[in-house]
Amino acid sequence: MSFEQLLFYLFSGVLLLSGISMVTVRNPVYAALSLIVCFFTSAAIWVTLEAEFLGIVLVLVYVGAVMVLFLFVIMMLDINHNHLKEGFIKYLPVGLLVALVIAVEMILVLNGGGFDGEKYMQGQRHGADYSNTKALGEVLYKQYLYPFEIAAVILLVAIIAAITLTLRRRPNSKSQNIDQQVRVKREDRVRLVKMEAEK
Amino acid sequence: MNFDMSAFAIASPEVFLLAALCTVLLMDLWVAKGAPLITYLATQLALWATALLVLGKSFNSEGAFITGLGGMYIVDGLGDILKISILLISSLTFAYSRKYLREQNMWRGEFFVLGMAAILGMMIMISGYNLLVLYLGLELLALSMYALVAMQRDNSNASEAAMKYFVLGAIASGLLLYGISMLYGMSGSLNIIDLKAYFQAQAGLHTNILFLFSMTFIVAGIAFKFGAVPFHMWVPDVYQGAPTAVTLFLGSAPKIAAFALLIRLLADGLGAGQSSWSQMLMLLGLLSIVMGNLMAIAQTSLKRMFAYSTIAHMGFVLLGVLVGTEDGYSAAMFYTIIYALMSAGGFAVLILLGNRMSDPDNLDCLRGLNDRHPWYAFIMLLIFFSMAGIPPTAGFYAKLSVIKVVMGEGYLLVALTMVVMSVVGAFYYLRAIKLMYFDEPEESTPIVAEVDFQVLFSFNGLLMVILGVFPGVLMGICSIAVSTSNL
Repeated sequence: MSFEQLLFYLFSGVLLLSGISMVTVRNPVYAALSLIVCFFTSAAIWVTLEAEFLGIVLVLVYVGAVMVLFLFVIMMLDINHNHLKEGFIKYLPVGLLVALVIAVEMILVLNGGGFDGEKYMQGQRHGADYSNTKALGEVLYKQYLYPFEIAAVILLVAIIAAITLTLRRRPNSKSQNIDQQVRVKREDRVRLVKMEAEK
Repeated sequence: MNFDMSAFAIASPEVFLLAALCTVLLMDLWVAKGAPLITYLATQLALWATALLVLGKSFNSEGAFITGLGGMYIVDGLGDILKISILLISSLTFAYSRKYLREQNMWRGEFFVLGMAAILGMMIMISGYNLLVLYLGLELLALSMYALVAMQRDNSNASEAAMKYFVLGAIASGLLLYGISMLYGMSGSLNIIDLKAYFQAQAGLHTNILFLFSMTFIVAGIAFKFGAVPFHMWVPDVYQGAPTAVTLFLGSAPKIAAFALLIRLLADGLGAGQSSWSQMLMLLGLLSIVMGNLMAIAQTSLKRMFAYSTIAHMGFVLLGVLVGTEDGYSAAMFYTIIYALMSAGGFAVLILLGNRMSDPDNLDCLRGLNDRHPWYAFIMLLIFFSMAGIPPTAGFYAKLSVIKVVMGEGYLLVALTMVVMSVVGAFYYLRAIKLMYFDEPEESTPIVAEVDFQVLFSFNGLLMVILGVFPGVLMGICSIAVSTSNL
């Protein structure tokens, strides 16, 4: 086994384990942390495949931004999802059995051959001057420009949809009115009461 | 491969609609602030202009199909006709929706922006000639639809419907995508034109287990989008839970887009495996017709009844496609367009009967419609007749042409089931007509609608008769459209 293969198996093993733990752990914070490990190891696998740009973006965007936000929200909301996992052990045998049957069937079908390996380029090694970012850009902005544009429209719709669904005035929601807060005067807050001195 | 931006000229209707969408979005924020009527009018204008663009381009194609954008985009007669019908029917549904949106405090510009995004997704699907583009178009449509269904945030039924629709839609997309990945693994290309050539060159396709495996996933994904039994569970719940204006939109134009997806993927890309997928479609179609018609009888909610009747109608479309001939495709196409028109009219009556106080859903709201307003009752009668397939309405001719094609290919038992189940289906349509004409009205509040609603609703109902008496025009257009596409 070459060093590279060793790395691959190491990263894949960690990826699978953290993926399983992400679904099974009870504490949502641990689940989010497992997901971060997942992202890290998949980024590492991408880097070994010479897809440096994708690896770096995965760490920067998902680990750096999305997951931190996620963790923040989980900690802030402090939701206890334990009741959602109540039937987990009870349904596990049945679920596992069904999953196993489907998996075996799919493996039997897919191992039967039929995928034409010659159609795909064998992985080539590139020199140090090879730019993965440039190659990605060539594919994304030339060959697949049309699907790329549609994906951009989908993101636009996602923004519109998210804002439509969340931006609404609720009559009983508590919000600050900064304008009024700044203009507040002493008289609005403090009431001086003259009292007779107690004897 | 290298292409510059001028390659996008072939997709000018889509580009225009996207530009219009962004303009309307911004306009709604600045110009039309607090006056969504301007947004509404701009949306209608955009839809009609896009339809004109499609029409203008279709005269240049000279009866052949053109592909562009690296083989990912196709212009053909089929696509043009389907796009124009989607744009016009959507314009009709938006016009109906106006009354409902005003009354239910949903009168906001986002409804039209999201609606336009859904229409853009449908158009991308229709002229998509690449598996990736088809999938992205489908997602654009689905995402806008989820948001539209959930738009009434304070209505728990709508939220539940949106959740169900979202989860089941995601599963369906996953199935479809998995099938697509298998196809890519076998053929090494995502372009439908390459897939077609690859599978036509393969011998013994009906015993190729990998091909059957991927096709099963694709058929299941498409059946989900059609709402065919046994993938129909979401249809009644979503139709009932969604605001009526959204149900109206959801139940009409997207069915045409689903038909386009079916044609592009199965009839065109996997056309060589017709003997295999026709078996699956037959099962799906027959189950849909039987289950849809039987379940519709038991419904007391008009929206749920229409949902089950949709399932039955979609069964007819699938059975029309399964024969795999040009006649079959054009009969199914005719059926789909007629269905979209009928469905628009059917849901419009719910909007018509509603007012600021109530958002009717029950069959009883039809009671005594004839006493309250004879003309609306008559128009509704025509639409119900058309759904049931009673001559001389368009629904009769649509059913007849599908049954004729199916019989012509020797599927006698299938045709017999279709006829028997149509008779069963006639029961619940006639029950609704009985409620309108022979029962006493429960309410006496006058039915008020604006002039444009009245004119369009009357036109919609009369169109059922006009298209039923002269079906040759639309039927001819459909068969020309199918014959000029690359099937």
